[in-house]
Amino acid sequence: MKAAIFEYARADSIAQACSLLAEHGADAKLLAGGQSLVPMMAMRLARPAWLINVNEIAELKGSRRDGAVWVTGAGLRQVDVERDGELARAVPLIRQGLYWVGHVQTKNRGTLGGSLVHADPSAELPLVARTLGASFLLRRSGGERTVPADEFFQAPMMTATEPDECLVEVHWPVWRGERVGSAFDELSIRHGDFAIVAACAQVEIDTAGRCVRAALGIGGAAAVPVAAEAIARSLHGTQLEDATIDAAVESIGQCLEPGSDVHATAEYRIHLARVLAARVLRQARTNATGLARDTRA
Amino acid sequence: MNEPISSVCITVNGVEHRCEVPTRLSLVDFLRETVRLTGTHVGCEHGICGACSVILDGDPVRSCLMFAVQADGHSITTVEGLANADGSMSVLQDSFCETHGLQCGYCTPGMLVATHSLLKTNPNPTAGEIRDAISGNLCRCTGYQQIVEAVQLAARRVAAGNGNR
Ligand code: FES
Ligand code: FES
Repeated sequence: MKAAIFEYARADSIAQACSLLAEHGADAKLLAGGQSLVPMMAMRLARPAWLINVNEIAELKGSRRDGAVWVTGAGLRQVDVERDGELARAVPLIRQGLYWVGHVQTKNRGTLGGSLVHADPSAELPLVARTLGASFLLRRSGGERTVPADEFFQAPMMTATEPDECLVEVHWPVWRGERVGSAFDELSIRHGDFAIVAACAQVEIDTAGRCVRAALGIGGAAAVPVAAEAIARSLHGTQLEDATIDAAVESIGQCLEPGSDVHATAEYRIHLARVLAARVLRQARTNATGLARDTRA
Repeated sequence: MNEPISSVCITVNGVEHRCEVPTRLSLVDFLRETVRLTGTHVGCEHGICGACSVILDGDPVRSCLMFAVQADGHSITTVEGLANADGSMSVLQDSFCETHGLQCGYCTPGMLVATHSLLKTNPNPTAGEIRDAISGNLCRCTGYQQIVEAVQLAARRVAAGNGNR
């Protein structure tokens, strides 16, 4: 349970991290909070020849509104993201998802970007990013590019990030309407464990109570988090009555490809996805109808 | 490949330690084997049990999930640093004894670090909040109930001003 030997460098800027990556490429790993990478190294599932510590890079820790998106630095600690009241008002699903992540000791260390690039298919932050259609700013020496969430998550523990790229920022769409509500729910064996299935939703309603916009996502039931776009679209123009929601999520299995394991069969995962999807849509509707925008689940 | 070595300067319970360590040395092994403070326990070594919890720059973290090099320039408080200045037990530690909040004691340093941190930000936690704060710490002996009672007792004692009974 001790990590294999590695060479180590501390990067003090994004540019320095990128040039170290350019030099060591596929042999190197960026070390952020280490809450996923270090256990994998302890179990020798990961043996990077180089670790590049990006924890001390101040440029990676910004959080600001920029027009229609909220920009978060990839190096922000999960605990700081969770406590950011302005962010919670602008993109409430992030805090609602983080409620389910790990424990205080891991959130004090774990970063936003680290969880996203680790890309566990049942992790909460990737699910929120996919559901809302966040985008990812990746930088390498001499260039940068933006990748949308539907292209970013490619397979379990695999993202579009190339070995010489560093995730710098995540851009979260802000729904500007007055009546926006969201909710996150999941089933896990114990609090803080990875979800067996997780679901989240965000809806916007007009003054007549009609749904004008909806997003629904399911985690833990496919190789990557899934945005159930057809179901979300089918809710547009409805009053989001319980019966409408139940009918809409009936077919949710069509967009999922769950596996079976010791915790749950594929069939049970689809059942859970249906139950949780209906639950988060109802809760999102209730939160949207509330007088003030509710930032809690 | 030779063992890569790094030099670090880490403050532990107020004392600065400058030394050369293997780069892959975990923070918990640094504390136990280099600094020789064995109060911090090491259980699973991969972030599950919480026995290795320490306070890093004021916040509880798992010391098996950090390499000592990452703590370079930072401050650590271990369970040894939670006792009163004269070496006697803190109110929280004493409350664990009072309520039988430990049996074998393996989880205790992690429990103390977690609940000490809780009480610092929330001096009067509910039972639910206490359970949430120790949700990342496993105890195979107590069934957790007496640990929750210990924290409640400590909170009451501090509030009543009779910290050092
Ligand atoms: S030894 Fe660190 S969490 Fe178990
Ligand atoms: S007292 Fe034995 S593990 Fe907690």
